[in-house]
Amino acid sequence: MEYILMIIGAVLVNNIILVQFLGICPFLGVSSKVSTALGMGVAVLFVMTLATLVTSALQMYVLVPLNITYLQTILFILVIASLVQMVEIVLKKMSPSLYKALGVFLPLITTNCAVLGIAIKVTEQPVIASHGFSILDSTLYAVAISIGFIVAIVLFAGLREQLELVEVPKGMKGVPIALLTAGILAMAFMGFSNLV
Amino acid sequence: MSKLKILTKGFFKENPSLILVLGTCPTLAVTTSVNNALGMGAATTFVLLMSNILISMLKNVIPDKIRIPCFIVIIATFVSIIDLVIQGFLPALSASLGVFIPLIVVNCIVLGRAEAFASKNPVWDSVLDGLGMGVGFTISLVLIAAVREVLGAGSFMGLTFIPSNYNMLLFVLAPGAFIVYGFIMAAVRQILNNVEAKRKAKQANA
Repeated sequence: MEYILMIIGAVLVNNIILVQFLGICPFLGVSSKVSTALGMGVAVLFVMTLATLVTSALQMYVLVPLNITYLQTILFILVIASLVQMVEIVLKKMSPSLYKALGVFLPLITTNCAVLGIAIKVTEQPVIASHGFSILDSTLYAVAISIGFIVAIVLFAGLREQLELVEVPKGMKGVPIALLTAGILAMAFMGFSNLV
Repeated sequence: MSKLKILTKGFFKENPSLILVLGTCPTLAVTTSVNNALGMGAATTFVLLMSNILISMLKNVIPDKIRIPCFIVIIATFVSIIDLVIQGFLPALSASLGVFIPLIVVNCIVLGRAEAFASKNPVWDSVLDGLGMGVGFTISLVLIAAVREVLGAGSFMGLTFIPSNYNMLLFVLAPGAFIVYGFIMAAVRQILNNVEAKRKAKQANA
C-alpha cells in the first residue's frame, strides 16, 4: 500500500517538472513533437533508474561508511556522466534500434538536473519514512518520478503541437507562450495536490 | 569586442535565462522571494567566475577529447565549496534553496560559458564574461522574484506591506513561476526588439 501511495505521489502530486521544477531544460527544449518528447522521456526513465541505483549504492556503501559525504556532488555528477557514456556505448553495440531511438537524447541527459536532483534528494530524505534509506525504495522512486516526467512532457508536447497553429503576438512567440502554457498545465496538476 | 561589451552583453542582450533560455530550473524554483533570488544569483555568479578563471588558465593543458568531464570536475569543486560555505554561514538560505545549490553543477549556464567562452579566451576576458553572465542571471532572477513576492506574498525582501488576506497565493506556487517567467521573458524580448529596431532606423536615416 505504501508503495502505491509513493508511486501516485511521485507521478502526480510531486510531479518532477510541474511541481519540483527539475528537468525544465528538456521540458522546454524537446517538446515540440509528441514523438520526440516520448523518446526523451524513455531515455530519462532509463538513465534515471540506473543512475539512482548506482548513486544510492555509492551513498550507502562508500560515502557514509568512509564519512566523506561532502564529496557527494562531485562523485555523483562524475558517476552520472560516465554512466550515460557507458549506456550509450552498450546500447550502440547491443541494440542498435533502441540506440537509434534514444541516441540523440542520451548526451543531453548528463546536464539534465532531474537525474542529479533525484539522486541527491533520495539521500537527503528517505522515500518512505518508516523504511529509512533503502536502495530498492530509491530506485522505485526514480522509476515513478520518471513516469511523472513522461506524463508531463508528453502532455505538454501535445499542447505545443496545437500551439503551432495559433497566431501569437510577436514578443510572445516561442518560449514565452510555451511557459504560459506550462503554467496552465501546472495549475491543472495542482488539482492533485491533496490526493495523497 | 571591447572589454566593456564582454561584461555588459550578459546583462540584457544575451541574458542567460531571459534570452538564451539557460538555467531555467533555478529560475523557476528559487524565485519565490527576492532574498532567495539574490542568494542563488550570488552563488551562481561565484561558481561562474571561479570556473571561468580556472578553465581559461588551464585551457592549453586540458586535452580536447576529455574537456567536458574536466570542466564538470572543476565546476563541481567550486559548487561544493559554495555549498559548504552557505550551509555553514547562512543556514536559513541553505534550507530554502535546498537541492538547487548542488544543482548549480548541472546549470547549463556554467558549462555553456566554459565551453563557449572560457576555453577559447584569455583569463581577463573570461573574468568579465563570467561576471557579466552572473550579474545578468541575478538580474533576471530578481525581476521574476520581485513580481512573484509582491503579488504572491505581499512583501518585498521580507518586508510585508499587503495584508495576507489580499495575497494571490498562485504566484508563489508552481503555476505562478511559469506564468511570471513567460510574461517577463516576452516583455524583455519585445523591449530589446524595439530598441534594436529604433537603432536600425536611426542608422538608415543617418
